[in-house]
Amino acid sequence: MGICEILHYDFVQRAILAGILIGAISSLLGVFLVLRRFSLIGDGLAHVTFGSVAVVLLIGISPFYVTLAALPIVMISSLVILKLTSTKRIQGDAAIGIVSSIGIASGIILASLSGGYNLDLFSYLFGNILTVNQTELLLAFIVFIVVAATVIFFYDDLFALTFDEELAKTMGIKTGKINTILFMLTAVAAVLAMRVAGIMLVSAMLILPPLTALQLSISFRMTIIASLIFSVLSVISGVIISFLLNLPAGGTIVIMNVVFLLLVFGVKKIPALQR
Amino acid sequence: MPVNLISIDDLTFFYNGLEILSDISFTVNKGDYLGIVGPNGSGKSTLIKNILGILKPQKGCINLFGQPLNMFRKWNKIGYLPQRLSALNTHFPSTVEEIVQMGISKSQSQKIKKALELMGIGHLATRLIGELSYGEQQRAMLARTLVGQPDLLIFDEPTTALDPETRDIFYTQIEELNRHKGTTIILVTHDTGLIGKYARHLLYLDKKIIFCGTFKDFCASADMTGFFGAISQHIICHQHDPLERKQ
Repeated sequence: MGICEILHYDFVQRAILAGILIGAISSLLGVFLVLRRFSLIGDGLAHVTFGSVAVVLLIGISPFYVTLAALPIVMISSLVILKLTSTKRIQGDAAIGIVSSIGIASGIILASLSGGYNLDLFSYLFGNILTVNQTELLLAFIVFIVVAATVIFFYDDLFALTFDEELAKTMGIKTGKINTILFMLTAVAAVLAMRVAGIMLVSAMLILPPLTALQLSISFRMTIIASLIFSVLSVISGVIISFLLNLPAGGTIVIMNVVFLLLVFGVKKIPALQR
Repeated sequence: MPVNLISIDDLTFFYNGLEILSDISFTVNKGDYLGIVGPNGSGKSTLIKNILGILKPQKGCINLFGQPLNMFRKWNKIGYLPQRLSALNTHFPSTVEEIVQMGISKSQSQKIKKALELMGIGHLATRLIGELSYGEQQRAMLARTLVGQPDLLIFDEPTTALDPETRDIFYTQIEELNRHKGTTIILVTHDTGLIGKYARHLLYLDKKIIFCGTFKDFCASADMTGFFGAISQHIICHQHDPLERKQ
């Protein structure tokens, strides 16, 4: 089966489109999170998502709306991480660890109460972008617009906050407000990324594209653009390769992200390209 | 009648139950050049962070430009250079130009160029901040502080990483801004000898105010001779700007 033939399928088109949008969302937010040493927030929120999905499946909400139904719990958890971190007595990684443990523990208990690990919960653990529905595609589009608008509109504030939060405060930037927006959007990104890569690999979607872009040693603005490009390329190539080789799409997308990271590492080693 | 830019009344700040600042009251008028000195852990940086709203005092009130701190919005009137540049992430993907541009409008590229050239790093504008030496990074941060031409400049140990030549350029520039443009300066430093050369007012802090006043008063104070010892007092006083003494 050729690439053109693959692209004729509706579900493949939907998967690629949703993947591009979710990859773009994750990579845009990921730059700010990685630089502020919140890389593992994706992992923490993904574990909360596991708990939320278990709740949703236990209640018996239609799988069609699981993503939407899981959102409020994950958004609240994201704010809890922010609140715990702002006390300064708990480091960011520890705050993520606390919320992550609660998420995974409650997920295991609730899954057990609902009669063991059913097929639906497993599909969220490992993700399946090829099953993305119209509601999720629409949600991904809306969130992409919101994230892109936020990054453009609050670019200066986000830049200053990422560079030095205290300095940003002295510039009159409402750091609390910007942090809240960033963490809320990250929660939405984590839930959406769960559909692409699965709960186990959400953090890869947030971390790998920015990390690859950071290796290029370019300006802040260009790092954001490069992160977005690497993410979109990984999603497109990942979906196509997974379809051609009959591999899980989520894992293949993440492996493609790693391939790009290794490629950039390799290119940087070429003496002629070193500064 | 002097215009009050900063007015602090009865400020007390605790951290983890420890009193870091106790009953601090003083004012800074427009055009002042105030040096804040004191030993390690005396609360100098904490005082600055309280003034800038980074930390919240348990007691007392702070007014900036005639407004209570919580009502104050014109932060572009204040330029601040923090002490802990060593915490800078060396992999932060930002050019020197992007850092200096922070907080001012994009159309002011000439100002950015001028500020960079003034600090002797015009040629480093497109380099990543993490690629520079510590001293060059500090110069970039100084350029960022100066570029917006604020009415009040607050420096917390600004010259620690600078070579003597750049340090002199910095102090000369600051003095020029203070004398000719009326920019108000607050300079936190350990260098009591150097502060005497430039600042007109001195605030000696050790959790509470030990001395606050002009250099003339400081040098003439028998209490201060008793507190610092004659030698230390002399080191601070003998470097004080002769022009200022004549005023």
